[in-house]
Amino acid sequence: MTTINKQVKGPAEAVADVHDGATVMIGGFGEAGSPVELIHALIDQGAKRLTVISNNTGSGEVGLAALLKAERVSKVICSFPRTANSTVFPDLYRRGKVELELVPQGTLAERIRAGGAGIPAFYTPAAVGTPLAEGKESRVLEGKEYLLEHWLRADFALIKGRCADTHGNVVYNKTARNFGPIMAMAAKVTIVQANSVVAPGGIDPEVVVTPGIFVDRVVEVPSPQHESELVAAGAVYP
Amino acid sequence: MTTDTREIGWTRDEMARRVAIDIPNGAYVNLGIGIPELVARFVPQGRTLVYHTENGLLGMGPSPEKDRADPELINAGKRHVTALPGAAYFHHADSFAMIRGGHIDLSVLGAMQVACNGDLANWSTGEPDAIPAVGGAMDLVAGVKSVYVITQHCTKNNEPKLVERCTYPLTGRSVVNRIYTELAVIDVTPAGFALVELCPGVDLEYVRSRTGAPLLAR
Repeated sequence: MTTINKQVKGPAEAVADVHDGATVMIGGFGEAGSPVELIHALIDQGAKRLTVISNNTGSGEVGLAALLKAERVSKVICSFPRTANSTVFPDLYRRGKVELELVPQGTLAERIRAGGAGIPAFYTPAAVGTPLAEGKESRVLEGKEYLLEHWLRADFALIKGRCADTHGNVVYNKTARNFGPIMAMAAKVTIVQANSVVAPGGIDPEVVVTPGIFVDRVVEVPSPQHESELVAAGAVYP
Repeated sequence: MTTDTREIGWTRDEMARRVAIDIPNGAYVNLGIGIPELVARFVPQGRTLVYHTENGLLGMGPSPEKDRADPELINAGKRHVTALPGAAYFHHADSFAMIRGGHIDLSVLGAMQVACNGDLANWSTGEPDAIPAVGGAMDLVAGVKSVYVITQHCTKNNEPKLVERCTYPLTGRSVVNRIYTELAVIDVTPAGFALVELCPGVDLEYVRSRTGAPLLAR
């Protein structure tokens, strides 16, 4: 029996097989949980015509915003494509260079969770009676109107954790957890960058947040960059 | 009507204080971005509220000292916050299960327009060149037990924000329970807007003149 070891050498190796046209979930709420090093490796790698599923669209010209700026993304599925210092997405969107599917944040989260849990569709009360309900099937259940929403699944998920073990178990840092655990479940290949990667047993099983079954690759990034610090320093990637 | 409303009525802090008075001890509360965030500063002594931020924290505390800010500890407005003793972190699907599942007692939100049937518009002006962005507002209004709106009574151009029907795209249908403005506290009832309380020094006819739908007296 061979030992399980999901650790790969670095971000470049971790994202090497992302193909043109892939659907990629990218964790993070604003900069918290944004896997900056994995995104930069994906820019270097060159895959294009990506569909990106992420809550936001990045800020400045680093991380997710830099991936957009490099015109690698043809479609974004997100809840809030505007943030302070966010100029890249609005510019591309106005020029018709990127398609947007706007999804209420809780519906986005539940569609991802459903994708990971093998539930192809579900009913939700969010957005009933609003423009975001247009074209969606609705149904009255228990005397109230609900909208049918479909699962989201992806070819790859890029996620940031605080610590992972070589079996792929992950713990997160504070509000950087956000979409990480559900995206890990919903992608065919889940790639986690963590500040530290430890041997099995290095994480107490009682505190594991994402069990290793949902994770395919872990890569150690000991001092990850923070988007706000890069933006404040005027950094541009590449 | 050209009176500058900023010279009469409650200040923003006083509006936030007035909201805080109505929140019972022990409530689980989600505060929206902007004026709603002020409410946390004015919780009456002896009451403990638990603040939920939809990006994955219950037990949110005030902003930290600048040198203690953690870029991975933020609120829904992406501002640095703290976690109080007894706090918990969780992922986004759990966070919205708290919202959609009716576990959060109250959401305090800003508004562009509120209609007299409780319809809320607070995410888009519908202008063609605007970048649409919705965040968690539609999930919040569809799921939490009560929705309070805190807003200026009129726009900067003196257009009423309390209206017969919203002209902006809706966030939710018949979702608002109560409205706090600089002029008054107003309930949304089956019969329409109903006055709860006037700001001292403001008279009912003045509030009516700045409201775009009938306002019932108590």
